[in-house]
Amino acid sequence: MRTICFYFQVHQPYRLKPYRFFDIGDDHYYWDDFLNRNVMRRVAQKCYLPMNALLLELIEKHKGAFKVTFSFSGTFMDQMEAYAPDVLESFQRLVATGQVEILSETYGHSLASLKSQEEFKRMVDQHKDKIQQLFHGYTPKIFRNTELIYSDKIGEMVYDMGYSGILTEGAKHVLGWKSPNFVYQNSIKPELKVLLKNFLLSDDIAFRFSNKTWSDYPLTVDKFINWINAIPKSEPVLNLFMDYETFGEHQWKETGIFEFMRALPEAVLSKTDFGFSTPSEVLSQVEAVSPIHVPIPISWADEERDLTAWLGNDLQDEAFDRLYELEKTIRTLDDPDLIRDWNYLQTSDHFYYMCTKFFSDGDIHSYFSPYDTPYDAFINYMNVLSDFVLRIKEKKKEVESVE
Amino acid sequence: MRVLMFGWEFPPHISGGLGTACYGLVKGMVHHNQDVIFVVPKLWGDEEPLADFVNASDVHIDYREKKFKSIWKNLTYLEVSSFLVPYLGPEEYQKFTDYAIHDRADVDESIFTTKYQFSGKYGKNLMEEVSRYALTAAQIARDRNDFEIIHAHDWLSFPAGIAAKEISGKPLVAHVHATEYDRSGESVNPPVFEIEKAGMEAADHVVAVSQLTKNTIVRRYGIPEEKVSVLHNAVLDASIIKSKYEKKVPEKIVTFLGRITFQKGPEYFVEAAKKVLDRDENVRFVMAGSGDLLNRMIDRVAELRMGNKFHFTGFLKGDDVDHMYAISDVYVMPSVSEPFGIAPLEAVRHNTPTIISKQSGVAEVLQNAIKIDFWDVDAMADAIFALLHYQGISKMFKELGSEELKNLKWEHVAAKLVKIYEKTLAQQP
Repeated sequence: MRTICFYFQVHQPYRLKPYRFFDIGDDHYYWDDFLNRNVMRRVAQKCYLPMNALLLELIEKHKGAFKVTFSFSGTFMDQMEAYAPDVLESFQRLVATGQVEILSETYGHSLASLKSQEEFKRMVDQHKDKIQQLFHGYTPKIFRNTELIYSDKIGEMVYDMGYSGILTEGAKHVLGWKSPNFVYQNSIKPELKVLLKNFLLSDDIAFRFSNKTWSDYPLTVDKFINWINAIPKSEPVLNLFMDYETFGEHQWKETGIFEFMRALPEAVLSKTDFGFSTPSEVLSQVEAVSPIHVPIPISWADEERDLTAWLGNDLQDEAFDRLYELEKTIRTLDDPDLIRDWNYLQTSDHFYYMCTKFFSDGDIHSYFSPYDTPYDAFINYMNVLSDFVLRIKEKKKEVESVE
Repeated sequence: MRVLMFGWEFPPHISGGLGTACYGLVKGMVHHNQDVIFVVPKLWGDEEPLADFVNASDVHIDYREKKFKSIWKNLTYLEVSSFLVPYLGPEEYQKFTDYAIHDRADVDESIFTTKYQFSGKYGKNLMEEVSRYALTAAQIARDRNDFEIIHAHDWLSFPAGIAAKEISGKPLVAHVHATEYDRSGESVNPPVFEIEKAGMEAADHVVAVSQLTKNTIVRRYGIPEEKVSVLHNAVLDASIIKSKYEKKVPEKIVTFLGRITFQKGPEYFVEAAKKVLDRDENVRFVMAGSGDLLNRMIDRVAELRMGNKFHFTGFLKGDDVDHMYAISDVYVMPSVSEPFGIAPLEAVRHNTPTIISKQSGVAEVLQNAIKIDFWDVDAMADAIFALLHYQGISKMFKELGSEELKNLKWEHVAAKLVKIYEKTLAQQP
């Protein structure tokens, strides 16, 4: 039997508060608690709680035939604990059914894999500890990197950390004529299996579902089942990867997204030769067909499927480089307060807010940004970073004077 | 002496330097027991009662006066379409335009009603208000006989000055605080230029806020040199400000404070900052203000990879301005063209050593400051470095600068102005 692999990304960044030049050296708290709490509560009401309830209902109804996969960023888990213990409880209930797989990722939802292997590993380990703490010792076996960023090198690092598989984008420019509906291998470490997102069918749900200018609007379950059945019989896996906030937040409940998801599993099981599996199950059931070569990092963002949403313009590169200059000092200081802010400052969203690709994907960027312009985002971030640097210097002096 | 003075704004309702300068001048005149009739398009009622204020919005115009028609004929009605606002950045301009639109949409007064409600702002109907202000001025000049000389501040009130002169036959002094060349560089707005030129030509004498401005007036507007006097601005309060606000960063701070526009030369400050930071890490640069070049400056700072040492505060107001001066170790004003520029004097009041461009009027009066060409970023960097590291100079600047400030009083300015009036009157046939 062929299989569908549903994976949902659950992430919220710690947004910075408006932090002025006059605050540098004086105010060492950077986070907009009010905004962060508000966003968390809003999304909890609109998405996490109702969707978790629906998934639980589906899992119980289909008795082992329906499964899903989650990845939780560390910044999400911290905010969930602080602002939404009800959401945590409902996720724990889902995981307890045994039909849910949790993936590994970086704690800070960071871009560290592009900069430093050491920091990347530290963040992955910290994330693993957090998952174990929240989900009764659960240990993730499959990895997904921030924004599905992947390259041959990153795959190698992930394999060296002991993971047997990784998820990434089925980017057109990487696949060429090949189909994403197979299992592939890392080209350096063939033992690491690579699952590729079928971006057409994934984005039909995640992005186009309520788009009235789309020629296939409205998307019905029957239509989707037809498309699934149109997949050539030789292709064994359909990877549907998307943000969890798709359900109820990006696609409001009024669009019918919950009804669509409620009806989909039964239709798949009765009208197609597909079942549902988690990534670990896919890897144990399906043979890899060939290595996939990804010399330059890809991601799941924008039309280009590259890194330009986070890095590349001067604002982003300056902020990114200034941040990672601090890595070594932070590691030697080993101060819990500093590490906490260090984690949160690395979150990819901060760099996303500085993106200036206004004309192609600017719309979706501005939807997610708390700032009016990328310039505002840069100024605010750099002010905070300046204070952070001062704190590190102070701490260093303190430590050295003790020695 | 009794002076009929036309201004455009008066504290506390001001949006730029013009109102402040008028206030200082009137205060100086009062010190010398001169009587000033001060006309503004709109009075708010909370102005300090220094002068005999006339609210142009209250003046009824009597159209039986035949001369009005000829005045009106000369005032071509001009649509304001673009960059006209003299002292505002684009953002504030937008704000004021919005204000003007919302505020005035419901007032459907034709230019020929007998009373006209001025907004007194720099809005969409600016040209209409300028023209109408001239008519009102004519009426005032006809009604009142208790003045000997007319004094008009900047182009906004030049048509008013001309009209008052025509009706009364009294001499006119045109006071130039800024020219269109300062505001717009080479891309001057022709209608504004025309009004400026007409005002200076019609005037019996022209007063410029600096030698720099006088040069512009002579060269660009073709006014004979002997007709133009230089009258530098002064400060209202020369006392040293001891701020309790403390700096919270260990590094020294170098500040640019002003509109981030072409006129103010922000890009030279950014380039100089890079040169200083290459030699000395323990400095932070701050660009305070907003304007149409802000984003370009941010881009450049990021491109030069000094985002962790170069900060932007956005538009500052109230106490924040004082705080900014107070924590600055060096203040830089790299203006490309600044008729006067009062800000460096504020910096001196805060005991902050200053660097000013030679292309500013204030450079003519402030001796204890480093003066550089705005484009010479190497010299600017050297000066910043020197003031940060060689305590001797900055100490000297602090001591002598505050002494110098005490001589920059509006009383002195007013005394000189009275002499100019006397000379002008003596030359009358």
